[in-house]
Amino acid sequence: MANGKNIILVGVGGQGTILTTKILSAGLTELGYDVKMSEIHGMSQRGGTVTTQLKYGDKVYAPNIGDGEADVIVGFEKSEAARAIPYLRIGGTVIADEREIYSMPVLTGAAEYPHGILDDLKKTVGEDHVKVIDAFAKAEELGNTRVQNIVLLGALVKVLGIEGIDWVELVGKMVPAKVRDLNIEAYKQGFAMV
Amino acid sequence: MSGNEAVARGAYEAGVLWASAYPGTPSTEILENTAKYKEIHSQWSNNEKVALETACGASIGGERAFAAMKHVGLNVAADPLMTIAYEGVNGGLVVITADDPGCHSSQNEQDNRNYATLGKVLMLEPSDSQECKDMFKLAFEMSERFDMVVLFRMTTRVCHSKSIVELGERQEPKIKKYVSDKMKFAMLPASARLRHIAIEENLEKARAYAETSPLNIVEYNGDNKVGIITSGISYQHCREAFGDTVSYLKLGITNPLADNLIKEFCEKCETVHVVEEGDGYLEIGVRHLKLDCTGKELITCQGELTAEIVKTSLTEAKSEPTYDFPQLKDIPARPPVFCAGCPHRGFFYSMSKFRDKVVGMGDIGCYGLGWQEPFNCEETCVCMDAGTSTTIGMANALKNQDDTRKPLGFQGDSTFFHGGFTGFIDAVHYNTNAILCILDNDITAMTGHQLNAANDTGLMGEPVHKLNVTDMIYATGIDKDRVAVVDPMNQAEMDGALKHAIETDGLQVIVTKYPCALLKWDIQQRAGRHCVIDADKCVGCKMCMKVACPALAFDDGKAHIADPAACTGCGLCMQNCKVGAITKVGE
Repeated sequence: MANGKNIILVGVGGQGTILTTKILSAGLTELGYDVKMSEIHGMSQRGGTVTTQLKYGDKVYAPNIGDGEADVIVGFEKSEAARAIPYLRIGGTVIADEREIYSMPVLTGAAEYPHGILDDLKKTVGEDHVKVIDAFAKAEELGNTRVQNIVLLGALVKVLGIEGIDWVELVGKMVPAKVRDLNIEAYKQGFAMV
Repeated sequence: MSGNEAVARGAYEAGVLWASAYPGTPSTEILENTAKYKEIHSQWSNNEKVALETACGASIGGERAFAAMKHVGLNVAADPLMTIAYEGVNGGLVVITADDPGCHSSQNEQDNRNYATLGKVLMLEPSDSQECKDMFKLAFEMSERFDMVVLFRMTTRVCHSKSIVELGERQEPKIKKYVSDKMKFAMLPASARLRHIAIEENLEKARAYAETSPLNIVEYNGDNKVGIITSGISYQHCREAFGDTVSYLKLGITNPLADNLIKEFCEKCETVHVVEEGDGYLEIGVRHLKLDCTGKELITCQGELTAEIVKTSLTEAKSEPTYDFPQLKDIPARPPVFCAGCPHRGFFYSMSKFRDKVVGMGDIGCYGLGWQEPFNCEETCVCMDAGTSTTIGMANALKNQDDTRKPLGFQGDSTFFHGGFTGFIDAVHYNTNAILCILDNDITAMTGHQLNAANDTGLMGEPVHKLNVTDMIYATGIDKDRVAVVDPMNQAEMDGALKHAIETDGLQVIVTKYPCALLKWDIQQRAGRHCVIDADKCVGCKMCMKVACPALAFDDGKAHIADPAACTGCGLCMQNCKVGAITKVGE
């Protein structure tokens, strides 16, 4: 696809991946791109992996992204970022949060959480292509862990180099009014983290 | 807009006055969005058959109406569909089927385009959100023009993908006066035989229309070496894969097929590929005309297509290279789980203690997760409502092989209303030697909290009469001693009810009453309540972990509440703690 990118946002149900994708789509549309996003609902909401895919460019046809076709993967959870690797284009970028959320096999002791997975990932795709961001910790520091998604959005906008519109205003417009200032701060902090 | 939102907008613009549905992924948001347009009466039905029949009534009465459902829902509604097809319409009538190639949230991958030929109804297939809106609007005009029901076939990626949609104005609804016409709307042998003649004629008129309809798009590119016949989302995959290098025949009307258009396209192109997800539906149409094409021998009938699959299937192109990441296999799976505070956890944890005494038979709902570790309670799952009726045959089979286990069927309140009650009546009528459990959590949870007959508010916020599962059970005249109403989070009570039901011959019924943990009004009520674990008292026996709650974690030999915000203080883990380390706070 000319002049565009394929992005995958992946996390665990309830982390706000869908809102992030909505804001990103609105911004990209404002920038004049054709945008398609695709999300999978249903059982995945019950604590399973949640994936949303977004494609933008001069003209986008298919909404979904195949293996090796994603330019950027944004992982809201460390192991989920790594799990999405088959989608990554050679030379693509991973933005991964340090956040660890244990799935049921880990909680019950049936499996072990791969704490060092991002280091392994760096070895595979290259140090420069894995941007590890402690967005959850930043959100905690800002006083509300729920803005983790907007911290990551800030980082993503920077990585994509799509600063051509007023993202701060857009974020302010698209989040609930009572947490607007907090989200705007989260966006700014995220932008500064990469 | 998503495809689902765009369809709702299309209904608004088309002057639709009636919308009904039973929730089911990926179709659910269609009705949730029509309800935002106050001009459209939108209501949840107890099942898809009822949804279609109510819409049919509105159409015969003279209003534009539609019913929406997921693909397997159309199996339930197939009975009315096949005969409404004979009757035709008064006000335009459209049935939405949202198919789920890839089984993202379904028990099969059936291709409902086959229903169009079976039922002899018109069929339209949109490929993006703009088409969803525009074609849905046109569907009502076509329905009225050809006096036919329209099947509007969507798929997961069309329903749940978002793209830009240009909006139009609402057309003022024109209600056609209802005039009694028994030969058209009352199907008995005498009228049905005559209507069959009429629908064949209408189909041919629609076929002639399809030949020149702007919904069927022909695009000749290059030197016509390769031509692709496709429809729906597959068109988008082809465009992505081949751009302007091949010719396209994109069919928006996929029943009846525009035969002459297909012939002309095939004659102009050297090689013709039919690209479609699911079955070789268009392919059969093309081959029926004795035309050469490739089809399912190249394009898989399984799962969803992608641009990459299309490209690598039709050409020598190789897949995009990917990173070889050996650690991928070490990442623990993240299966969906019962939410913290989910009442199904209490039920299944209790049931897992009696696993060798029962055969667990479920159906479609959140409780399908009882299939997984550590519960392993669901041995069968066929379709909506089967959790009740399959036990009836199983009881006979177990008896005939001297197996002393008792079939234990379970289903939710919404499924009970959907059709489970019908099977339930049989179980009472024949005194089946089974245990039937209704897991009543006050909502249709799985699809995202749609209101059902157990609620006192309708989809549009209007007050409605609320039904009670237990009253319905008693209404069968069942001996009250055979019915237990229990709190599934109270393990002594739940275990006791199951033990009694297993040890007592004949039909035993257990209703578990406890609200879904995600219910807004319940969340407000329990705000601030959660459990705490005293690390000094915890002996690390892991008994609390056995309930498999996502709010709990175990580190350094001690259990702790990993996420106090997620913990609802349901107290299930507390009941397993032998040393009293777990307490509830915030009550």
